[in-house]
Amino acid sequence: MSMIRVENLSFGYRQPAELFRDFSWTVQPGERWAVIGPSGCGKTTLLYLLAGLRRPSGGTITVAGQPLRGPRLQTGLILQDYGLLPWARAWENVALGLAIRGVPRPERRRRALAWLERLGLQAVADRYPAQLSGGQRQRVAIARTLILEPDLLLLDEPFAALDALTREDLQDLLGALCAQTTMVLVTHDIAEAVFLAQRLLVLGRPPIRQGQVIENPAAGQPGYRRTVEFALRCAQVRQALERAQDRVVAEVGG
Amino acid sequence: MRRFLLAGLMLLAIWQGLSWLVRSPVLPDPPTVGRVFVQALGGRLGEHMLVSAYRVVGAMVLAGLVGSLLGLVIGHHPRWNALAAPAIYLTYPIPKIVFLPLVMLFLGVGDAAKIFLIALILFFQVLVVVRDAAASVRFELVLSVRSLGATRWQLLRYIYLPACLPAVLTGLRVSTGTAIAVLFLTESFATQAGLGYYILVETWGRMAYPEMYAGVLAMSLLGMGLYLVLDRLERRLCGWLTAGGGP
Repeated sequence: MSMIRVENLSFGYRQPAELFRDFSWTVQPGERWAVIGPSGCGKTTLLYLLAGLRRPSGGTITVAGQPLRGPRLQTGLILQDYGLLPWARAWENVALGLAIRGVPRPERRRRALAWLERLGLQAVADRYPAQLSGGQRQRVAIARTLILEPDLLLLDEPFAALDALTREDLQDLLGALCAQTTMVLVTHDIAEAVFLAQRLLVLGRPPIRQGQVIENPAAGQPGYRRTVEFALRCAQVRQALERAQDRVVAEVGG
Repeated sequence: MRRFLLAGLMLLAIWQGLSWLVRSPVLPDPPTVGRVFVQALGGRLGEHMLVSAYRVVGAMVLAGLVGSLLGLVIGHHPRWNALAAPAIYLTYPIPKIVFLPLVMLFLGVGDAAKIFLIALILFFQVLVVVRDAAASVRFELVLSVRSLGATRWQLLRYIYLPACLPAVLTGLRVSTGTAIAVLFLTESFATQAGLGYYILVETWGRMAYPEMYAGVLAMSLLGMGLYLVLDRLERRLCGWLTAGGGP
């Protein structure tokens, strides 16, 4: 059984098939995918569709064998920013999903603190998001999602707002924590996609009928970033991206 | 704290100076008024102050509850907001105080009419700020909490309510002055209790000037007390707004 099966998906905000038109795609359990494409190509929308936050105007999305009808409890979603409640302390943010599921407060706190400790945040457990650095905030967001033990992890540009070193640090962390979890990462950062994802889906300009798939079996290995293979793969992805956009430029021009 | 004390002393000094200059029973000095105030507070003045406090606090609670509830409902949904906006736009600038005679015709001359009128005026202040606060909640925040499995009710509880709380408290706090002013007006006739009645009828009408000043002082203290309580509540409940010590 595939983890995600997208069949003949059509979607658009203003017109029915403005972004996706008869788009099909399959993700197997345990696979780590990156969806990469120019901004405005609909990659974030694709993630919202997979999260059940948007309804397709045509076609079907099946997650873990079930047709998707709304947000699914076992799917974790991490956004670039704005995901944390500004009025809740770090541990309360981590425990939010547990609160929504009715877990009693003492147990919520205990479990949230355990996760914060795992991510090196125990010292800031009682701080508000505004008192945390960008990297710490994104760690809190990761903890909030992983505490629910998702079988599918959806990430939208999770590290775009961070400096290079913090970003690599968090990429390592995510790679280590979610080695077994099915993951779909939306990003416009080629290096991030190549470091984290075993398979890349390259999207062009909308309306999207199909994407180009690039295999990247070495992803996730420690030290991959500093190999020649990594650099070559990045170049290959860059080329594919440029082609995907060129084709459209030609289409628009013609 | 010391700065507030200093400001208070300065005001008293100015008052004292003016009363020396004017030398008229119409402007008694602070010690005289202070003495009368303390004496009267144990008697009739205390009762009047309690009645007034009941009316204005009741109105604030009523307006706070109804205003924030409606503001939340309208503000958190763009379509309802678009629907309600023209009606609010049209009714907001109407000076609700002109409904005083109407309100009294319908609700009588008792506390209900007074509380209703003050609440009506505060209601619009609260409604507008809460609606705007609810409407400005980031869509990404809503999405990320919905992805955790939150129901619509839980979105209200975990996002919209805390997002609007500062607006409710600020709205009520900045309207304290208006609330007390309307209270004074509604107590100026057709009643035999409240600070407005005490100032206008029991003291001013009898030319008992030190007592009148005691009434004015009581009304000012009532307003100041409410302002302070709301300010404290805001700091207590919305600590995240003022929490210092960045990353």
